[in-house]
Amino acid sequence: MRYAAHRLAQAVPVFFATTFVIYAMVFVLPGDPILALAGDKPVPDQVLDVMREHYHLDEPLLVQYGRYMLGLLHGDLGETFTGQPVSELLQDRWGVTAQLAATAWIFELAVGIALGVVAGLRRGGIADTAVLAGTTFVIAAPVFVVGYTAQIVFGLNLGLFPTAGTDEGWPGSYLLPGMVLGSFGLAYVARLTRTALVENLRSDYVRTATAKGMRRRRVVGVHALRNSLIPVVTFLGVDFGNLMAGAVVTEGIFNLPGIGQQVFQSIQLQEGPVVVGVTTVLVMIFIAANLAVDLLYGVLDPRIRRARA
Amino acid sequence: MLARDAWREMRGRVVFWLSAVVLALAVAMAAVPGVFAAMGPNERCELRMSKRGPASGAVFGYDLQGCDYWSQIVHGTRASIMIGIAVTVAALAIAIVLGLLGGYYGGLLDALISRVTDVFFGIPFVLGATVVLVAFPDHGIWAMTLVLVLLGWTTMTRLMRGQVIAVRNMDFVEAARMLGASDRRIMFRHILPNAIAPVFVVAMLNVGNVIAGEATLDYLGVGLQYPDVSWGLQLNVAQSFFAEYPHLLVFPALFLTAAVLSFLTLGDVVRDALDPRLR
Repeated sequence: MRYAAHRLAQAVPVFFATTFVIYAMVFVLPGDPILALAGDKPVPDQVLDVMREHYHLDEPLLVQYGRYMLGLLHGDLGETFTGQPVSELLQDRWGVTAQLAATAWIFELAVGIALGVVAGLRRGGIADTAVLAGTTFVIAAPVFVVGYTAQIVFGLNLGLFPTAGTDEGWPGSYLLPGMVLGSFGLAYVARLTRTALVENLRSDYVRTATAKGMRRRRVVGVHALRNSLIPVVTFLGVDFGNLMAGAVVTEGIFNLPGIGQQVFQSIQLQEGPVVVGVTTVLVMIFIAANLAVDLLYGVLDPRIRRARA
Repeated sequence: MLARDAWREMRGRVVFWLSAVVLALAVAMAAVPGVFAAMGPNERCELRMSKRGPASGAVFGYDLQGCDYWSQIVHGTRASIMIGIAVTVAALAIAIVLGLLGGYYGGLLDALISRVTDVFFGIPFVLGATVVLVAFPDHGIWAMTLVLVLLGWTTMTRLMRGQVIAVRNMDFVEAARMLGASDRRIMFRHILPNAIAPVFVVAMLNVGNVIAGEATLDYLGVGLQYPDVSWGLQLNVAQSFFAEYPHLLVFPALFLTAAVLSFLTLGDVVRDALDPRLR
């Protein structure tokens, strides 16, 4: 319990500092958003003043940030410079990104652990070599190269999946983009599982379990694998936040109308409120995932709980 | 001693030599592109040859502007290799200094360094980099390096700090302190050599990741801009035409993947060689 409270106390200032850094970064975007809104037409000074006051652009950065955080408590992410609430703009888009990230995450978890176990059980065998070579290649190939290749081969040439859009809904439209987005994490999960399993299979407690006459399946499945999954759990937890943030490229390739696409457009249109809103929520997810992993870690491995409390 | 053992372990492995050869080639291309490429960057381009596929005289075909694609790709090597190495060296330096300070002294300084690390660790890479790069549109290779360092120093710093904490209470450190060594001497002569190995491995892997990250930003259109030449920019152009002209996508992707793959493989091989448990 003390450990949990300690971790929570650390996470709160980090949340405020991170969101403030992002807020400040967006704030230094050059150009006056009010002038940009008017296009080429000249804007009377009076209008400028009124608009600046309405959006609180005339106040110091720290006050603006504080005001923003207060609004966030009520679920208010501010409004865009065309008067549309940011939360409304993003409402339909969260679902797309969440489904995409979830598909990728499940893919990582299931296939990654399976590959890692297959490789780890026969270290040095054909399956092991194949998994190692394959995962290295997937980690090295940038996500857009993997994405376009998958789109051409599985979508266009073989016709197994739709190439773009969300017409087929979940899971049809999300399978291929999800696999592309999750491919990087899958490679890491497979390698982590493999390394940890190889190490644990050599440990004394596994030898003891085998010596007791326990069946191989139980030795591996219950004793070795459970301990091997500790680093994997850490990675999977942290990676969920990464998947949400990393969806920008995948959503672009497969033309999925998620938050990644929205935020990328908004950055280029200098729509500060949208960028800050999305990034703030992403940071929240990221920190929450980290926190959950740390707490889960304590449950999985009692040594950590005692050492850190 | 450790280095000599590691070298003996590595030189027997085929993948080590494969990645070493690819990297040597890539570094040579980055240093003296004129030796490999017939044309200079964006030189002697003919629009009427635009997007033509491989033919005699141009083994890789032509790009959108009708430039010899092989020459363009060779010139693109420099941006990737330079940014990859510069970012990693800078991030490694930050990691060593902050990791040593935080891990060795502990207390308030450590708490401060750790929280600052947490803050930067929490910023999503693509979004954070895009925001900064859009704010400063006239950026070249060095501005890109700065942004990538800013978002990429945290992993190594955390690892370094953990390593220092693991080493700082060992007997040989106590012995050095008894003999009256200064804090600086203890940190750099005694702790650093015994803590650096895993950080060094991550640094090698990091070069590959930085190259991939830089290419991603170029590909999204917020990184380097024309007239700079880079693999990421070539892939950015290729995305609109790859269905009809696959060579535009395939060749830079091949070079990019080979370079990243070599750094990652080299890091893996070094890790295996340094970690006797895996033998």
